[in-house]
Amino acid sequence: MSIDTEPTTTRAMVTDAAAPSTREHRVARKHPSASFAGIALRTPGWVLTGALALIFLYPLIWTAISSVSPRAGTNQVDGWGMGNYATLANYQAGIWVYIGNSLFVSLLTVLLTLVISLLGGYAFARFRFPGKDALFLATLAILMVPYATLLIPLYVLLNIVGLSNSLVGVALVLTMFQLPFSTFMMRISFESIPRELDEAAMVDGCSTFGALWRVLIPAVKPGLITVGLFAFLAAWNDFFAPLILINDTNRMTLPLAVANLRGQVQ
Amino acid sequence: MTATLHPAAPSAPPAASPDTRRRRRRTHGALAGWLYATPTTLFVLLLFVLPLLLVLQMSASDWPLLSGNQGLNFPENYQDAVSNRFFWDSVVFTLKYTVLTTIILLALSLGLALLVQESSRWKGLLRTSFLIPSALGLASASLLFYVIYSPIAGPFADLMASWGFTFLGTPDGALWSTIFLIVWRYAGFYMLLMLVGLQGISEDVYEAARIDGASRWQTFRDVTLPLLKPTLALTTVLCVTGSLLAFEQFYILTKGGPDNSTITIVQLIYSVAFQGPNNLGVAGALSVIVLLALVVINIAQIRAFGKKVED
Repeated sequence: MSIDTEPTTTRAMVTDAAAPSTREHRVARKHPSASFAGIALRTPGWVLTGALALIFLYPLIWTAISSVSPRAGTNQVDGWGMGNYATLANYQAGIWVYIGNSLFVSLLTVLLTLVISLLGGYAFARFRFPGKDALFLATLAILMVPYATLLIPLYVLLNIVGLSNSLVGVALVLTMFQLPFSTFMMRISFESIPRELDEAAMVDGCSTFGALWRVLIPAVKPGLITVGLFAFLAAWNDFFAPLILINDTNRMTLPLAVANLRGQVQ
Repeated sequence: MTATLHPAAPSAPPAASPDTRRRRRRTHGALAGWLYATPTTLFVLLLFVLPLLLVLQMSASDWPLLSGNQGLNFPENYQDAVSNRFFWDSVVFTLKYTVLTTIILLALSLGLALLVQESSRWKGLLRTSFLIPSALGLASASLLFYVIYSPIAGPFADLMASWGFTFLGTPDGALWSTIFLIVWRYAGFYMLLMLVGLQGISEDVYEAARIDGASRWQTFRDVTLPLLKPTLALTTVLCVTGSLLAFEQFYILTKGGPDNSTITIVQLIYSVAFQGPNNLGVAGALSVIVLLALVVINIAQIRAFGKKVED
């Protein structure tokens, strides 16, 4: 699975439309204007595309407006105002508790994901050790297994080790689900850095960890940022893991609280 | 990346010292490599391999939610799982939902990608508005649409009252309402993937097609689609897997109703395990069935796309 950074050989394109299935990976070139397929669909014009955009925006706009507008049966009966937000702030344990829980789970997931994928990616990209390929494949295999299949035994396992109903348990599980993407991403990031860079650091007397810490971390920063953002978004929005692992109202994350709000809607 | 590189390091090995150093690093590299891979190994073993083995054991055991393992119950769990009164309904519904969602979502997102492919201010605006729903969590999006579809609080309440229908009142209505929600939520994301794929097709091919007098439709069918195949393969696998494992949208938006017509297979697992029978053994058996089905379906998809690419 190692990705070699060979110089991409751009071959001359076969200019023959009759044999278009000749597949070649070319370097993506930027031609901002006048691509053929674009022209094919450009004709309908502004009205149609504008209406399409409005369909995508309408639910959000409607929600934003009706959250502050006067409606019968809500906490904002007459006049515009923030009555509904005041109710939301005090809903069950209070919205701040849920935001705090979500932040805790998300930040812990990001931290764990960053540390594990940084070290793991370094190991996969720069070292040879027995079982390396098997471990990498096992990590990628997490993608193939459905959420529910893992969460039911994880519920039992976390109960055994005393992490039931705990936000730390949720963060551990979410980190595991992030591993395939983050490990793969960090491995590619490390492999795209020339080996001479860390070899030079080691010649200057760094240990392998010193080379990682002083030289390579600044170089893989873009990869780390991507991995961190993805981990945060996934953890912040995740619904299924907390649904199964958390059953205490005070420890629910925001998506669970949102799902509970369904009872408030007619 | 701006640090000084040895210009001749890989091609011309000078003298002995770097060579031995490299060899020494490689030999004690095995230990250090394992050390760096330890956190990954621990997570994979404890939170992935162990649960996977446990779910296999569960699926063969009598395992109530509260009292734990009660001994072997091998073929019975699988028989119970398959003979559950919602099993076949949920399988059929999940497949139907998956096929509809995949076709609609991919066709629409490809259309949107072609629409906003060029960069102009207006196209950029369109792109942004298609992408905004992707920032919403699926749970929040489901709740949002639950209110919008509501016959009392929603914006279409008057319309529904005068026409005498409700979005979530009939099985078909609930299915299509959910598909609309999913398309709304994910179209921007898949559009982005398609855009990346389209960006990889060089202008030369289109120019060649134009010179040969191909029509727009011919160009799309014979140039764009074949060259987009890797992207189409990726998006199809993603979309099919996601739809087969659909849960949140049905848990929040329809609650499996009306008349239990919108129960997906994951929802069935959840309800068998935690909402009623509390039977982790049968839930485990269902999970194993879903896992095997997913692996088979994914291998079939990858094979199918791989073959077409080779042609």
